Amino acid sequence: MADKTLPKSIDSTLDLLAKADYIADRSLATVLYLALRMGRPLFVEGEAGVGKTEIAKVLATTLGRRLIRLQCYEGLDVSAAVYEWNYGAQMIAIRLAEAEGEGDRERIEHDVFSERFLIKRPLLQALEPDTSGPPVLLIDEIDRTDEAFEAFLLEVLADFQVTVPELGTVKAPHPPIVVVTSNRTREVHDALKRRCLYHWVGYPNAERELRILRAKVPEISKKLSEQVVAFVQTLRREDLFKSPGVAETLDWASALAELDVVALDPATVSDTLGVLLKYQDDITRLDATKVKVLLDEVKSELRAAE
Amino acid sequence: MAASQGRLAENILYFARALRAAGIPVGPGAVLDALEALSVAHVGARDDFYWTLHAVFVKRHEHTALFDQAFKIFFRKRGYIEKMIASMLPESAPGSAKAPPPGAQRIQEALFSGLDQREQRKSNVEIDARLTVSDREVLQKKDFAQMSAAEIAAAKEAIARLALPLDEVRTRRLVANRHGHLIDIRRTLRASMKAGGAVIDLKYLGPRVKEPPLVALLDISGSMSEYTRLFLHFLHAITNARKRVTTLLFGTRLTNVSRAIRQRDPDEALAACSANVADWSGGTRIASSLHVFNKQWARRVLTQGAVVLLITDGLERDADDTLAFEMDRLHRSCRRLIWLNPLLRFSGFEARAKGVQTMLPYVDELRPVHNLESMAELVRALSGAPAKGYDPKLMLRRVA
Repeated sequence: MADKTLPKSIDSTLDLLAKADYIADRSLATVLYLALRMGRPLFVEGEAGVGKTEIAKVLATTLGRRLIRLQCYEGLDVSAAVYEWNYGAQMIAIRLAEAEGEGDRERIEHDVFSERFLIKRPLLQALEPDTSGPPVLLIDEIDRTDEAFEAFLLEVLADFQVTVPELGTVKAPHPPIVVVTSNRTREVHDALKRRCLYHWVGYPNAERELRILRAKVPEISKKLSEQVVAFVQTLRREDLFKSPGVAETLDWASALAELDVVALDPATVSDTLGVLLKYQDDITRLDATKVKVLLDEVKSELRAAE
Repeated sequence: MAASQGRLAENILYFARALRAAGIPVGPGAVLDALEALSVAHVGARDDFYWTLHAVFVKRHEHTALFDQAFKIFFRKRGYIEKMIASMLPESAPGSAKAPPPGAQRIQEALFSGLDQREQRKSNVEIDARLTVSDREVLQKKDFAQMSAAEIAAAKEAIARLALPLDEVRTRRLVANRHGHLIDIRRTLRASMKAGGAVIDLKYLGPRVKEPPLVALLDISGSMSEYTRLFLHFLHAITNARKRVTTLLFGTRLTNVSRAIRQRDPDEALAACSANVADWSGGTRIASSLHVFNKQWARRVLTQGAVVLLITDGLERDADDTLAFEMDRLHRSCRRLIWLNPLLRFSGFEARAKGVQTMLPYVDELRPVHNLESMAELVRALSGAPAKGYDPKLMLRRVA
């Protein structure tokens, strides 16, 4: 049970994340530790595929908490995010009351709008007490929803309470651990950010990316891992529309493992480029000759490092 | 202990003030947060101290560089942080209160240049901008480039009075709507409860409509210089009238001035814009500016059915495949791309310039915008469906 409590220092936060194979850098561990200790939501921004969502998942597993995920989308409204009444059951209850000759209007209304008929959606679920401790609430890709929903979130994130007009205010006895992620397709309002601790998740450096790869895809050899990481790092220096993220590196490594590749060669790279690059323009830019040039660069770099 | 707390608080306060001056919006709440964070973090190393303050003060990725600079300058004294950490009993930062650290030149510049400009403006002689009715008619048709100072002042007023576009797109969010097509069970049930459940009075929902984001890309190169100021006034008026307007200026490089232009007073907004821009009235590099826009901004500002206003004369010196490529990408990432070209004022304008020819196939509409009349027409066009007469293909056919 000792490992289920919140970490006591920045170092133990790093260890906690590493236990679930999440290799974080110290800046992320610092901000995460502060968020946990101060009971503040953590707002993480960054390119797609750098492990923003993973932070919440790892927190939930290592701390043994429930993970509640709210995926944002355009048109997300209260009935999908907070609560909804079970109309079918309410109708039946009204009919039954009528059949039983219950004529008291106040009474029916009170019965029908009780917790029994309430369908709880992620935000309301996150405010409920849980036996294993306050849950981890992941509000994913908040930039996909609109400003109106952001404004609604202000109340939830500041006081950890939600108002259901028919029932009253629901307040969390212990605030949940909140992680908000954004891909930055739109600027999120400052008022929301002000309530959170902010962190920008960037691409990892070669050393850390290698550690991530070794931890996540152990089935490929050390030599191939080094080549994969060096190649991806070189790609990120190219002028691409979308640079490959860590998720793409891991996908690519798994793909290479499936193909039983021992070392990178131009033909394999060209054939599997679709795993790394997701835009046609980027793929055409990296033709066979370019791949060969990059690969030679990577190999001589690795040889020099030995 | 209270005294040492006070010193720490004082230092953080000065640091917050320095950050604010450097352009990072830091509220008083953030100072309290920083103190709380430092007290729970048990900071052990310089890095941890840095990241703890970073976590609290920085709320935007762009501000990281500013924060980094400010941190280095502010805590520059060797061993200062270590001392602070070791004893939590620091001296006041060297001269932080009275004389700002030398690296804060940017702060000083920002503060004093603003003052100077305001002073200068006050000393300017007020121009009598009142004109008679017939004058106003002439003004409507007069080319911006040929206007006198007084006429320009009048044109500015006219721009401020323009009825601004009200285009709407349907969003996927639903709101109560009497003529909607979906039944709102929630309101229906609540309404029927009022009658004790006997009457079921159906309530409806319909999609909510909303103005789409507007993105203006304004060419500020030398060949456009007669027009840029008035366009900026126009954009200022639009920015203040509706939400989600992004303005980017480009000459040889791209500058986002959306925040600067949002100020209420048009003159202050324009002054703030020019303070941000380094390449005023220089050359144009449309292709490379569009490339930067496509790469850094398009994915952030062109969401939810954005309309793009590209304001340029299209006189690109090196028009090649990259220009076509970037135009194509821009066209594909927005809902409607409108090219506003002041050169269209000449009735004999033909798409002969190479840049114009390259760009034309990729725009949805090509419109003139050189006088108040055409500006008002643009506003009408933005409110409604694309007009037929401005189809860019007509222009290409005319050349062929």
